[in-house]
Amino acid sequence: MDNGLLHIRGLKTYFHTFGGVIKAVDGVNFSLNEGEILGVVGESGCGKSVVGFSIMGLIDAPGRIESGEIRFNGANLPDLDEREMRKVRGKEITMIFQDPMTSLNPLYTIQAQMEEVMKLHSTMNAEQRKKRCIELLDDVGISQPASRLKNYPHQFSGGMRQRVIIAIALASNPKLVIADEPTTALDVTIQSQILKLMKRLVREHHTAMILITHDLAVVSEMADKIIVMYCGRIVEKGTRDNIINRSRHPYTLGLLSSIPNLASRQKRLSQIPGMVPNIMHLPPGCAFAPRCDYVQEKCRTHRPELAELEPGHTAACYFPVER
Amino acid sequence: MPDIIKNNQDFWASEFVHNFRGNSSAIIGSAIIIFFIFLVVFGPSLVRQNPYDIASLELMDAYKPPVWLPGGDIKYILGTDGQGRDLLASIVYGTRISLLIGLTAMLCSSLIGATLGLIAGYYGGRWDGVIMRIADVQLSFPSLLIALFLMSAFGTGIDKVLIALTCVGWVVYARTVRGSTLSEKQKEYVQAAQAAGLPNRKIIVRHILPNVLTPLIVVATIQIGTFILIEASLSFLGVGVPITKPSLGLLVKNGFDVLLSGLWWTSVFPGAVIMFLVFGINLLGDFLRDELNPRLR
Repeated sequence: MDNGLLHIRGLKTYFHTFGGVIKAVDGVNFSLNEGEILGVVGESGCGKSVVGFSIMGLIDAPGRIESGEIRFNGANLPDLDEREMRKVRGKEITMIFQDPMTSLNPLYTIQAQMEEVMKLHSTMNAEQRKKRCIELLDDVGISQPASRLKNYPHQFSGGMRQRVIIAIALASNPKLVIADEPTTALDVTIQSQILKLMKRLVREHHTAMILITHDLAVVSEMADKIIVMYCGRIVEKGTRDNIINRSRHPYTLGLLSSIPNLASRQKRLSQIPGMVPNIMHLPPGCAFAPRCDYVQEKCRTHRPELAELEPGHTAACYFPVER
Repeated sequence: MPDIIKNNQDFWASEFVHNFRGNSSAIIGSAIIIFFIFLVVFGPSLVRQNPYDIASLELMDAYKPPVWLPGGDIKYILGTDGQGRDLLASIVYGTRISLLIGLTAMLCSSLIGATLGLIAGYYGGRWDGVIMRIADVQLSFPSLLIALFLMSAFGTGIDKVLIALTCVGWVVYARTVRGSTLSEKQKEYVQAAQAAGLPNRKIIVRHILPNVLTPLIVVATIQIGTFILIEASLSFLGVGVPITKPSLGLLVKNGFDVLLSGLWWTSVFPGAVIMFLVFGINLLGDFLRDELNPRLR
């Protein structure tokens, strides 16, 4: 345990449904240093959001953290009781959600919603809180913040609301922000503004961030480290450079080659054939084997573990693609 | 929300008021309700006698017909009953009791029902199972039957009627509130509040309750009418309010005995008042339902 902020070891979060056990997160390890941005990439249903909610301790029944350690600042979060956990949530770790349209309560002014966190986690008085609200709104690029405090969420556009939500997430100077698809619901021009804003703020405040997204392009702009998940497991992990430029896992390569490239003329984008297997009936070997171009006999019967390809860059593949 | 109400100009210029003005049934409904509110507030000082002050009764004036029929007396516009009580005065006092019971029962049962509904919807699991199964079992009996059963166990009395009506009425609120809570709970602002470290109790009171108030208000309005009807039925069957505090239902019952001997007014006028009262409440309730439910627009 070095100076890292967050260490996750062997995290397993399962959902016990009537149809069977869904292993949404099945043995995930990673760690994060202070001020680092970690991108978690994968397609829908691969368990990336569940990782975020597991850290927050917000897994609802029938889901449960089966085993594993989530060490944050020295404390193992799953061991904390609800009361201690509430002091972590919103103060040490905050969250930014996908849909800015529904993540603000329509009935309260944005000032009331921003101050809610401060009331809960700080001892500021009304005047200090108001000052802080204005400061935060100014920080996230809302013009004339003082005059907008008394506005209701419906008086803001989607992009503005997401800025307010980011302001709320930063209100208590957290050590870690978990952003769950923060730009998916926004249109493309706003997306890049919001991403730049988040990156700037996170850097300024020296806050660590976990950026959960299905969009590799977003991650390649933002992240220091990247994790690629498939069917509840990490398939490749490394620095941004490792993943974007020197990826060797067939799944990551598939994702990368399905991003349109402006520099070269392509007739058709390549795609990954097949579908994500039913997570309740995963194949015995590598979960990606049925769709993999490089599949061999061993892949179908044995499940590969993460193996180091170069320092800091690991992939769960028996036959990493040579480039 | 409070700002909107504080600012009167905003309110009178709102879509709600505009729609209200264009909706004749809403206007008629509110007019009826305002009339009855006026009646129960000022009525007792306008009528000539207190029908339950025995000293003011004159037995000689028993069964006087309404003033426009032969034998009618200008003192008793709607006629009198067997004890010489002015029917108009009885109706005014009876409406007071009926409305009081309807409103109080609505408040009690919405308080209990909403609390249980919020708990069931928010926490789910075992809470939800227990509360909603009780509600289901209760809904499989006619509400009048349950009220009748409770009243025959308790005996008569306004307080006992209130308890019985609350026991019968909470189910509707609990179901409505639970449903809205379930849908509100899915919204991200609730997750965001959880992620901000708010305790569940605060999330329920500050975030979910205000968002489920709308359906609650609609159901509450319509339920007042239902409660008045159930109370009237109970009193008519003789297990409701005591003789000394007659509600409209008891007035109907008192007159019912002599209805077929041609003394129809003793029963018909209180009955008509019940009808108008409930009619007015339902008209307003329907308007509120259409207005406040975005899905019906």
